[in-house]
Amino acid sequence: MKMRALALIIALFGSTAWAVQPDEILGDADLEARAREISKDLRCLVCRNESIDESNAELARDLRILVRERLVDGDSNDAVIDFVVDRYGEYVLLRPKTGGSNVVLWAAGPLAFLFALIIAGTYVRRRSRVLPPVEKELSEAEQSRLDKILRE
Amino acid sequence: MIVELGHFALILAAVTALVQAVVPLIGAHKRWPGWMSVAEPAAGLQFLLTAFSFAALTYAFITSDFSVRLVTSNSHTLKPMLYKISGVWGNHEGSMLLWVLILTLFGACLAWFGGNLPPSLRARALAVQAAVGLAFFGFVLFTSNPFLRIGVPPFNGSGLNPLLQDPGLALHPPFLYLGYVGLSMAFSFAIAALIEGRVDAAWARWVRPWTLAAWIFLTIGIALGSWWAYYELGWGGFWFWDPVENASFMPWLLAAALVHSAIVVEKRESLKSWTILLAILAFGFSLIGTFIVRSGVITSVHAFANDPERGIFILGILAFFTGGGLTLFAARASAMEAKGVFGIISRESALVLNNIILAVSCFVVFIGTIWPLVSEIFFVRKLSVGAPFFNMAFTPFMVMLGAVLPIGAMLSWKRAKLTKVIWPLMPALGLAILIGALAWTFQTQRTILGPVGLMLGAWLFFGALTDVVHRTGRGAVGLRYTRLTRMPRADWGKTTAHAGFGITILSISGLMAWEIEDIRVAYKGQPYLVGEYELTLEDVREVPGPNYMSTMGDVRVRKDGKNVTTLHPEKRIFPVSGMPTTEAGIDYRLMRDVYVVVGEAQVDGGFTVRTYIKPLTNWIWIGCGLMSLGGLLSLSDRRYRVAAGARKKPTNGVPAE
Repeated sequence: MKMRALALIIALFGSTAWAVQPDEILGDADLEARAREISKDLRCLVCRNESIDESNAELARDLRILVRERLVDGDSNDAVIDFVVDRYGEYVLLRPKTGGSNVVLWAAGPLAFLFALIIAGTYVRRRSRVLPPVEKELSEAEQSRLDKILRE
Repeated sequence: MIVELGHFALILAAVTALVQAVVPLIGAHKRWPGWMSVAEPAAGLQFLLTAFSFAALTYAFITSDFSVRLVTSNSHTLKPMLYKISGVWGNHEGSMLLWVLILTLFGACLAWFGGNLPPSLRARALAVQAAVGLAFFGFVLFTSNPFLRIGVPPFNGSGLNPLLQDPGLALHPPFLYLGYVGLSMAFSFAIAALIEGRVDAAWARWVRPWTLAAWIFLTIGIALGSWWAYYELGWGGFWFWDPVENASFMPWLLAAALVHSAIVVEKRESLKSWTILLAILAFGFSLIGTFIVRSGVITSVHAFANDPERGIFILGILAFFTGGGLTLFAARASAMEAKGVFGIISRESALVLNNIILAVSCFVVFIGTIWPLVSEIFFVRKLSVGAPFFNMAFTPFMVMLGAVLPIGAMLSWKRAKLTKVIWPLMPALGLAILIGALAWTFQTQRTILGPVGLMLGAWLFFGALTDVVHRTGRGAVGLRYTRLTRMPRADWGKTTAHAGFGITILSISGLMAWEIEDIRVAYKGQPYLVGEYELTLEDVREVPGPNYMSTMGDVRVRKDGKNVTTLHPEKRIFPVSGMPTTEAGIDYRLMRDVYVVVGEAQVDGGFTVRTYIKPLTNWIWIGCGLMSLGGLLSLSDRRYRVAAGARKKPTNGVPAE
């Protein structure tokens, strides 16, 4: 009785499968490790920002199986990824390619760092050279405020 | 009726904000004490009105008043009381109301505890704070009114997203908002200082506690969110580089930079204009975060009710305040005269480097987050930027930060000698290398990540300890102990926070390098091995919950023939929304977690079971906790209590200048 109710609940709501399923896993541990590696870099197209490795969607499962089939057929990692990109476009890549306009994306961090280092370097050099400024006398208003504070 | 009163109070609060934004500003300009002193009662009144408005909405949620549209769409009578209350901010409109409530709370705190600030600075800061408030009151009232009624109330509501029905997530948004909005104080002070044309040590002493408080709240908020993701999402991930996570991480990075640069302003009167710029940018990034979350321009797993109209409104707020702030900065920054002189090797330079690394890493996160949008608009390339990019582009900066931090933290102000610092740090470095090497020999898979990460974390941790020991100087043990007990709280805070940072780095790399995963179909009563653990799925039962049905597994975990524990992973189904959630069964231990998730029933009577052995995981959050604790210690330092707490009699708004 219990089991039947359970089965009913699963039939009603349990259409979600959670990420990699046992039946997808390849017997060859090395190939499977490569498949996982590749899956982490491919986006599930119908999800919001999840890789096919994490996703529960049907499409992600299809893609995971596809990746494994290609690997079993002897494709290299890059060949598998190219195969998927050919079909679904650049959008599936979670690690964007470095070519074309993406140079900006990849170079932004290192360039900004260099730039900041140069600016900060000149600033620090300047600060290390200036003489300590002569302490200015307090203005009248500042003096009166100081007196007031001291009196309190 | 109460709901309408709440709505009305909110409108009154907006009007108060308008008065507070205009009158004190004119007063400060013309040196009219009466006009300036309008700011304090107005700030208090604004807070009380907003608090009443928030209470009215909460009341509608608690009493399940389904004639209010927001309650209907986000609540249900069967929901436990905690989630009826957290449902108030578990949706767009209510969370924006919480946002303005916190904004006015900070303003009121400034009015109540800011007695010894120069009156014109206080009046201006309060005016800017009110202007930010006014913008968000307008946003709530015109685009996201939480008090709308519906003509024909239904008998029951449609429930809260089941994923949000969790204690960790009930508390996650308030903490995050306290952090985001706390940065508005730094912003208000920065703008006020730009208008005054004057930044000095006293200014920094005022700004730093607020920034520190905001940073502590952000740290706790982010840690809560990541912990929730860990136990709730079913596979133990804790950080996904999702746009909305990045939205909270960017202000965190900049707030961390600001906390450090404000020390330089306070102690050495240098880096003034940079600190002002950071204060503007930090709040700018929390506005950008709001924009990303609420507008839906960037796809994210965090689904909020997105609406283009709201997005444009927030973009307007963002453009006005950040753009206005930056313009003002460009016009007035030259007035900030730097005083301190320091050598190339000095604490000041080290803090400059800290700021560069934090700001650039924030920039990397920012570019990665908006790149899909930029690329689609300008280059007609539809692409994604995900975790693999961030791991590659962001991590080097954190490694760099970790590598130089212990050295920089021990350099003396003004002029330092590297050798003086390097020698005392040698034992820490030696220990770190030893730990790294040990990890290298003991691990089974030969990845470099674990040993290097452990080494870096240990270096940070022992470096922080060395700093403390070094500060006690030379002499007898008793004398050194006395010096240790007299060390200012701020220094304890620094040590604790830095050690916490080390622990977080150490645990993240340990987890990523040595996690064991096992996915299989398990049959009742048949034990299987994962790592050193023997697991048995003993039973799968049905257990009713208050507003859900649970499918609960009993998984016995044994190691070396001894019982370790029995875990109860669950799959919950909420009939109101029809959505399933997973509750992982987790055995929390200091050195590792055993993490079990039960999935689908198979045709042959087995169940999909996922098992993870996650080493060092809890230390991620212990590290975050230590960082927050370090912030708290620093916040309780005597110099802030003396400066901030000592209210004699309120100065009657007499301009001192």
